[in-house]
Amino acid sequence: MDVLEKLTILTDAAKYDAACTSSGGNRTAKKGYIGNTSSSVAGCCHSFSADGRCVTLLKVLMTNKCVYDCKYCVNRRSNDTKRAAFTPEELADLTINFYRRNYIEGLFLSSGVFRSPDYTTELMIQSLRLLRERYRFNGYIHAKAIPGTSPELVEQLGLLADRLSVNIELPSEAGLKTLAPDKSKAAILAPMRQIQTRNQQNKEELVKYRHAPKFAPAGQSTQLIVGATPDTDFHILRLTQGLYDRYKLKRVFYSAYVPVVEHALLPSKDVKPPLLREHRLYQADWLLRFYGFRAEELLDDQHQDFDPRVDPKCSWALAHLDFFPVEVNTADYEALLRVPGIGVVSARRILAARRAGPLHIENLPKLGVVMKRAQYFLTASGKMPDGLRFTPDSLLRGLIAAERPALPQQDMVQLSLFDTAV
Amino acid sequence: MMDHEMIYIYDGSFDGFLCCVFDSYANKEVLTAICCDEDFIPTLFASRLIETDKSHANRVLKKIVKVSPYAGNLLQKGFLTCMPDKELHLYRLVVKLLQEGPGFLRNYSDEILFPVITAVRHLNSEAHLLKGFVRFSELGGVLGSEIEPKNRVLPVLRSHFCARYMNDTFFIYDRTHKEALFYAAGKAVICPLEDFRMAPPDETEAAYRILWKRFYDTIAIKERYNPKCRMRNMPKRYWNTMTEFQDDSYFKAQNSPAAVPAPVARDGIPAPVTPSGYGQSAPGSDF
Repeated sequence: MDVLEKLTILTDAAKYDAACTSSGGNRTAKKGYIGNTSSSVAGCCHSFSADGRCVTLLKVLMTNKCVYDCKYCVNRRSNDTKRAAFTPEELADLTINFYRRNYIEGLFLSSGVFRSPDYTTELMIQSLRLLRERYRFNGYIHAKAIPGTSPELVEQLGLLADRLSVNIELPSEAGLKTLAPDKSKAAILAPMRQIQTRNQQNKEELVKYRHAPKFAPAGQSTQLIVGATPDTDFHILRLTQGLYDRYKLKRVFYSAYVPVVEHALLPSKDVKPPLLREHRLYQADWLLRFYGFRAEELLDDQHQDFDPRVDPKCSWALAHLDFFPVEVNTADYEALLRVPGIGVVSARRILAARRAGPLHIENLPKLGVVMKRAQYFLTASGKMPDGLRFTPDSLLRGLIAAERPALPQQDMVQLSLFDTAV
Repeated sequence: MMDHEMIYIYDGSFDGFLCCVFDSYANKEVLTAICCDEDFIPTLFASRLIETDKSHANRVLKKIVKVSPYAGNLLQKGFLTCMPDKELHLYRLVVKLLQEGPGFLRNYSDEILFPVITAVRHLNSEAHLLKGFVRFSELGGVLGSEIEPKNRVLPVLRSHFCARYMNDTFFIYDRTHKEALFYAAGKAVICPLEDFRMAPPDETEAAYRILWKRFYDTIAIKERYNPKCRMRNMPKRYWNTMTEFQDDSYFKAQNSPAAVPAPVARDGIPAPVTPSGYGQSAPGSDF
């Protein structure tokens, strides 16, 4: 089998992984080595695929041979599909040559479980070591830690990669039991905890010894599949929050479940992937990480799922109308961040701009405030936008109308004269 | 005091522009337009040809940087943008800066600052995208690429690519502004280059192009097909110079055109082909 065919099979098998980031690493170029890691905060996207997702890393599997039989996965043992495996040389050669042509920012190496987690991880370590040491690759590497791998091997993997990730896949223990019987919550959380502890320890080492080897300097991330199990948004969001708080994860990725297989325990094959739900979860994830929200503020036992019509921040604002309007000339940063239509960047700009003089409504769009949402929730120098009249009821309608054109996956509905719905 | 209205004509260089600022103060004139001598169309309004004097230019820049280093940076970057009448906008920024001090630079929504900062943001975001979208081809050990940016991004891209390909030799040709960034042995220069055509690939290069296109077409998930989202993140005007959107001839090696399999992915979503305005397969290379 030639490299082109292997690449096709192993890319096709790896494409469902959502993570494709290159941020967090900050390694300068070295004489005699190829490449560096991007120093910009946002990472660097090298292309965007036909589904609109960013292509940053050469995302492939080491092999798609797998001893596990997770029901939702294309690579499961019982699936009749073509199998392939890269040799370490092939993989290193591809990475280096793609990198030199600026196709990619680095390598994302995952793998099916071939023989055992330990054996697979050893294969991965062998490849990465060849890439780092013989091919002198100094760019970004994201490696998957497979649940059940022994701690010594995870340690070695972490010394070669910039970022490690352990996929949780299913957001609940019950889901794992039915759909991924070979995995357990404990086996997933063990390497996660190890990476976190080791990372913390490495930070201390680096303070003491400048040249201490770096362990996964770009931290760790994970991925959850949304829509394969009946877990609610509230459950997923609380899990996410726990991972950020207790495991110090850099990112939690959500992957709308794409039905690849017919199975009694899974949604039927003609169900569309829940892209809107995934979108809302990502929005909420940003609120947790950058806006100082807590999961319990956004959802609760009465409201277990997000309103598909408006984004989570608008939902929160509609439920807390007494918090508004916020006066942009006096409100503190945290209060500004609570206003729908004001983001991290525009809030900072407001703070800077108001030191130069009082702000008026007409200044706000130029500062990056999205007025179609923000107009209902703020005042500038004591005034709301001219001619704005609304009731709590029309407010919701206005927000829904403002967002509708930007929504993914809209179902076309034939309008009826006799419909009384919104 | 300053009451004579005047159009200045300069040589198109940054120093030349700074001399326009210098002379407007020296002659006590208010500028209504600053034109590059190449695009100047004679008018009935009074105009003056400005000589570029390096020492005058340095004095102006030094003064601006002294008042606000940020403004100095803004001016340099602003001059690289494709904003219409950028000279006049930048001139007004300097006038306001010297009149009022740097306080207004905090306020993004300031009417003088806003157009400049918007243009600089456009420049920065275009440069950021191009850090990813530049595609190199290896030809005889040298990495070469072509881009078609709206702004003059090469000075912004220089440090990124020089750090990344520190041990390589490479060049990036800017088709729009007809200039090229050359890097070899730790030294980088940007110089004008009137015409350039990339040579056709050799077999190794063609093979990696095919591998990349195959990877690109395979990585998309069919069920999530969303061309709008792709276009929002990667506007179509960049596709022209990107490997994954080229037509078949781009993947054929110079020597053995028949030996190469067509780069089609069985189950993938083939990337649309952009009409190539420039002949990628024209023989000969200037480099």
